Amino acid sequence: MISEKEVRHIAKLARIKLSDSEVKKFTSELGDILDFFQKLQKVKTDHVAETSQVTGLENISRLDEVKMCEYEEVLLECSPQQIESHSIKVPKIM
Amino acid sequence: MNLTSLSLAELSELFRSGKVTSHEITEAFLKNVEKKNPVLNAFVTPTPDLAREMADAADSRRKNKELRSPLDGMPIALKDVVCTREARTTASSKILEHFQSPYDAEVWQRLKKAGAVLVGKTNTDEFTMGASTEHSAFGVTRNPHDTTRVAGGSSGGSTAAVAAECCTGALGTDTGGSIRQPSHFCGVTGLKVSYGRVSRWGTIPMASSLDTVGPIAKTPEDCALILQVIAGKDKKDSTTVDKPVPDYQNELKKSLSGMKIGVPKEYFIEGIDPDVLKAVQKTKEILKHLGVKLVEVSLPHTEYGVPVYYIVAPSEISANMARFDGIRFGLGKKERTVEGIYEASRSAGIGDEVKRRILIGTYALSAGYYDAFYRKAQKVRTLIKQDFDTTFEQVDALLAPVSPTPAFKIGARSNPLQMYLEDIFTIPGNLAGICGISVPVGFSKEKLPIGAQILGPAFAEERILRIAHHIFQNIENNI
Repeated sequence: MISEKEVRHIAKLARIKLSDSEVKKFTSELGDILDFFQKLQKVKTDHVAETSQVTGLENISRLDEVKMCEYEEVLLECSPQQIESHSIKVPKIM
Repeated sequence: MNLTSLSLAELSELFRSGKVTSHEITEAFLKNVEKKNPVLNAFVTPTPDLAREMADAADSRRKNKELRSPLDGMPIALKDVVCTREARTTASSKILEHFQSPYDAEVWQRLKKAGAVLVGKTNTDEFTMGASTEHSAFGVTRNPHDTTRVAGGSSGGSTAAVAAECCTGALGTDTGGSIRQPSHFCGVTGLKVSYGRVSRWGTIPMASSLDTVGPIAKTPEDCALILQVIAGKDKKDSTTVDKPVPDYQNELKKSLSGMKIGVPKEYFIEGIDPDVLKAVQKTKEILKHLGVKLVEVSLPHTEYGVPVYYIVAPSEISANMARFDGIRFGLGKKERTVEGIYEASRSAGIGDEVKRRILIGTYALSAGYYDAFYRKAQKVRTLIKQDFDTTFEQVDALLAPVSPTPAFKIGARSNPLQMYLEDIFTIPGNLAGICGISVPVGFSKEKLPIGAQILGPAFAEERILRIAHHIFQNIENNI
């Protein structure tokens, strides 16, 4: 189970604004989904290692080469915010 | 001659031998796009002008005897998460509605180099999160076999486009079943490759440890031809594995005689549609007839696949979706604070299912819940992978249903949890990183297509393509 207060809290962490009716809806839906996860508590995993990747690859490295970025201008054009002196301008954060 | 009813392999042969031009082939498929897309909504962005241009270039290459691959001059479609410079890439989301990618995904670069002709970008559930395309911000894709039903998802646009003969083949992505389930719903062949077989670079991610890019086409042979072009190591995707790429088309010809295929008992649970069971039964008979030995096997942790997936995937989603900040690209609201920009842009641009998964993931990764949810799920994931590892020591491949039912009615899975259970038979394969294929094997009483799923060990694509190819040929001969 999850409370409306917790839903508001995680929405804030995820930078998503929810209306009151959305909070209600997600609280009920997320509650059901989290209940469903309880199924996993039945599985014994005391001495089981975690799997976070399946390829078995380790420490893939490459040379740290300097290359020209051919996308510089188009990347700036992707921004919906104001462009000023070759940079994306955002509101002050400090 | 009805060109669009032919397979990619057949059309490629006709084109190569000079009996038909890429221009003629492409016009025939474009006519279907124009006629059928208004109803089906398989394409978010059709690209007819580009297709004509690319087809003409292929025709000149043929004249100059400079053909590049069996895909040269062949009309294909791309799921709209594959970045292309030629057309917008939306991920079927409002937040990317007008997004123009500055670069091409590696798979698109390879297809272009091989001479493929792009007819359009196909619909998907928003950011590939769903099993019906009902979560697309641009409307549902209808099933060509019954337009009151879904095409499946999330690669439903690609599978519907192939089924409706709008292209010879398409790319989709499969994170929990998103190629195999819609292929089963639409009566086409769809291959989920092993994790690390095909580059993900430039394909918009959902859950990075599970995402795969793979081919969808009429036949297993067509899928083999597409895979040949896109498979292999890519320096830009460090999770691709440097293993040799076999000659997939050549491998298809080998016989199945002496092969051992397991039938996992956990995949035959209560609630499976009797027509789906019948189709799998028929597949078993065909395999026996081809000299395959069938044995019952057990994958005891199968039932935990869905809960593990819906912890692991949303956790990775919540991290991946953080890039949509309203600042660097996509929809961006003008606000007085940076926080304000984030919240306003994300809230306006992202749909409900994506929000739901971001919230689940944020919760599962947050302090106090990490051990109970995320760590626990990663441990059970190990057990699911071990189930496959031990089983593949005894058998060459597995035969199972793709999904419990044929295509369902639009709106029939209104509860999120119900929708999550759609992928109950496909998710374990993604968690283990193995390969799987859905091959059409029959129809239900309501004339809806049914597929069978063949699962193989990691990097055994040539084996499951071969099994699917033999099933497909013999099923066809039966009808």
